[in-house]
Amino acid sequence: MEIRSQEFKKSAHIALHDAKLQRALGNLKAGFPGKRAAAVARLPEFDALRDQARDLKNHIIEHLDLYLEEFEKNVIAQGGTVHWCRTAEDARKTILEICRAQDAKTVTKGKSMVTEEIALNEYLEANGVTPVETDLGEYILQLRNDHPSHIVAPAIHLTLDDVAEAFHEHHKRPKSDDPAVLMQEAREMLRKQFVSADVGITGANFLIAETGSTIICTNEGNGDLTQTLPKTHIVVSSIEKVVPTLEDMTLFLRLLARSATGQEFTVYNTLSTGPRRQADRDGPENFHVVLVDNGRSDMVGTEFQEMLRCIRCSACMNHCPVYGAVGGQTYGWVYPGPMGSVLTPQMIGIENAGLLPNASTFCGKCEEVCPVRIPLPKLMRHWRDKEWEKHLTPAAARSGIGIWAFFAKRPALYRMLSWSSNLFLRLVGGKRGRIRKLPLAGGWTDFRDMPAPSGKTFMQQWQERKS
Amino acid sequence: MANPRPRVGLFVTCLADMFRPEVAFASVKLLELAGFEVEVPKRQTCCGQPAFNSGDRKDSADIARQTIEAFDGFEYVVGPSGSCIGMLHHYPELFVESDPWHQRALDLKARAFEITSFLALHLDMDKLSSSFTGKVTYHDSCSGLRELGVKKQPRELLSKLPGVQISEMEEAETCCGFGGTFCVKYPEISNRMVGNKSENIRATGADTLLGGDLGCLLNMVGKLKREGIEVKARHVVEVLADMLDSPAIGEAEQGV
Amino acid sequence: MSRAEIFNRIRTGLRIGADDRQRQETVQQRLQARAANLIPQRAQLPQAACIQLFIEMAIESAAELIELRHRNELSAAVEHWLSENGISQLVLAREENLQNLDWSASSSLVREERVAQAGDEASLTNAFCGIAETGTLMLHSGPDSPTTLNFLPDNHLVALSASSIVGAYEEAWQQLRAASGGEMPRTVNMITGPSRSADIEQKLQMGAHGPRRLAIFLIRDE
Repeated sequence: MEIRSQEFKKSAHIALHDAKLQRALGNLKAGFPGKRAAAVARLPEFDALRDQARDLKNHIIEHLDLYLEEFEKNVIAQGGTVHWCRTAEDARKTILEICRAQDAKTVTKGKSMVTEEIALNEYLEANGVTPVETDLGEYILQLRNDHPSHIVAPAIHLTLDDVAEAFHEHHKRPKSDDPAVLMQEAREMLRKQFVSADVGITGANFLIAETGSTIICTNEGNGDLTQTLPKTHIVVSSIEKVVPTLEDMTLFLRLLARSATGQEFTVYNTLSTGPRRQADRDGPENFHVVLVDNGRSDMVGTEFQEMLRCIRCSACMNHCPVYGAVGGQTYGWVYPGPMGSVLTPQMIGIENAGLLPNASTFCGKCEEVCPVRIPLPKLMRHWRDKEWEKHLTPAAARSGIGIWAFFAKRPALYRMLSWSSNLFLRLVGGKRGRIRKLPLAGGWTDFRDMPAPSGKTFMQQWQERKS
Repeated sequence: MANPRPRVGLFVTCLADMFRPEVAFASVKLLELAGFEVEVPKRQTCCGQPAFNSGDRKDSADIARQTIEAFDGFEYVVGPSGSCIGMLHHYPELFVESDPWHQRALDLKARAFEITSFLALHLDMDKLSSSFTGKVTYHDSCSGLRELGVKKQPRELLSKLPGVQISEMEEAETCCGFGGTFCVKYPEISNRMVGNKSENIRATGADTLLGGDLGCLLNMVGKLKREGIEVKARHVVEVLADMLDSPAIGEAEQGV
Repeated sequence: MSRAEIFNRIRTGLRIGADDRQRQETVQQRLQARAANLIPQRAQLPQAACIQLFIEMAIESAAELIELRHRNELSAAVEHWLSENGISQLVLAREENLQNLDWSASSSLVREERVAQAGDEASLTNAFCGIAETGTLMLHSGPDSPTTLNFLPDNHLVALSASSIVGAYEEAWQQLRAASGGEMPRTVNMITGPSRSADIEQKLQMGAHGPRRLAIFLIRDE
């Protein structure tokens, strides 16, 4: 996927003026936060579960190598194969090799953000293997040659009409604006693909070390058809998703759906362990787990380690006022919203994504709703620290802060600066009490008035009273 | 004196100093009403948040040391802003644990309070009286709300004033889009956020918007004015201290 | 190559020294203990209350729930449900307690024991257990219970014995381990209601790719 994170401001401008997108984003705001709140209210233990989940994730990361070894051992014991991929490139090649060994022409795919991260579809296609997205949202995007704007609801940026148009064009049927009819169409179209695909690729929400199992949590059932019908099942996942036991996985399952969509539980939570057993009459004959690192191991032991707790629920973006204003594609790469603003610089470089961790008011709503209590504002601030250290902060901002800090570290001079600014603003504001246009403050006065100071500075007046 | 009154150092905050001195005077008045001796240390400047949030940790640490020294010896440090006091609570992050300044920063953190949460702890609320009458709506500023747990306190204090009728807005806890330097770095997004906010304020039918942070208030007032929405705005301490002689924030002087 | 590099980076990041016994012991203990984390009060109820909660939560998840007194009522109830819905074909799992059901001789219902195929209208399978906490069914694959039956047909009919209903997921894991001799079946399905999607404008539509309807036949007296 083309990286466009440094066009954030331009993309934001377009997004804010895109009436259709704004309507679509309204659907998100009206849905997820309220549903999450209702689900949380029904489970009095929710916050205690979050504490345990945070602690368990920390424990896992502190023992990540050992749990991964245990997971690998058990996948192999069950007849599966584990592939370790340090980079996105490694992962793409590994997956293509598996497909080629099966002489695969078509590959069905369940929803997987890691395969977006490694840009798998483009690669398979370029190498003669046709990927077919089967999640309804992803299917719509594939028809439109589009990319996800949200990690759980990938097509949230589209309207009913966008979908109707895409289906009409590709399915060659009369255009319908009934979502039920559209879904029925997708069901029919994909049914053939499920049955005829040579390989099925899914992601995994968790990897269970104890059993060597992987689990997907879905609502549509497409992931289950994807992984049950073809001869080969490839799970593409990432190293931080390992958990010790089924009991530990359960802790996260109690949090995941409630945090994501506000459901009590996703409809299908499905564990896969190895290939089909000898006497089984269906299920895949081959089971591969492709474990992607792609920068994650580099976060261990750094100030970004806490980000490895993320379980990809999307609560942070569902509640983020910035995401809600500009949508996910404005972020210019795979992972949007607050979690993306922390993860993206790690994966594509801070020099290619510096605008993301800056695009936050640090309002803290994301941290407030995070099921594993990741301090997202703090981590975004750490990226700003890195930018400052590497002199990537824009020159104007850097010198602005420099000059301001020079005064702030000298109280007497700072008094004079406040005094003169106060006087200046009072003169400009006059008796109107506010300023409509101010040179060099266009960022403020283009959109709002600036209230003028109501009198001399407090420090001046305080001195006058004391003397 | 047999029983000297405990000393509070007032953290004035840049915005109160420069834009709204009434807020600092009201704070002094309320702290005195609660029985404290209030002083205003001269060596204070800014809390350092603009540098901290821009990634400039060196200047942040320099400013933190200066602030810690300025407020040495006070039993409490109180300021009329959840955001600035929240920054004081971040100071320990600026020093490694082996650095003696780390302990001093922790010590300051333990003494530093946002004004309404401090008053809720220390003021006999029956002493409050205000001539204010009207329907108000209250914006919960993010730092105070999420870093310091300021939510009930201002409402409890306001509930003691018979002239105040509170009408809560939709999304009172959603960010107004100020975000310090955010509002000038990403002005269009900030504008969208404050636009949503002013719509929610208007919808309450309140005549006055109250809040505990001048940054957010200046942002919201600026937008309300630009959109021609007739809602006045004050910092909550102005109402609590009955200091209502000045025009509301951004309002013209009487007779203009 | 990648494997060694990944492990090396993790261990460097964690500053693992030469002596790593403590960490290994901690991990082995956790893996062997399989200790439960916090289990919500909601899931810790006496059996009768568990059954009641299961019913409520399953209905909330948009499953249909048909209560039966005895297993010998199952075939008639299934036939009735199918005929009410105009369905004349049923694919069954070969499981023991779905054998020897008393299917009516006069019915025109076509029954087959096989894996599912595209176009199948309805399937009947047996649930391993029910989980009250969220009204969830647990099913697993095996020679007599192919997984495709749970996903391909348009209508999924499930026989669930009330006595198999547990409160919390953790109890289900324990029972699964006991029943399977510690070896996980290839596929374990936890199913909560019929298939759905809200991918078009966040409006929930039932029947995405999995079964459009899920009918649970809850058998009381077993």
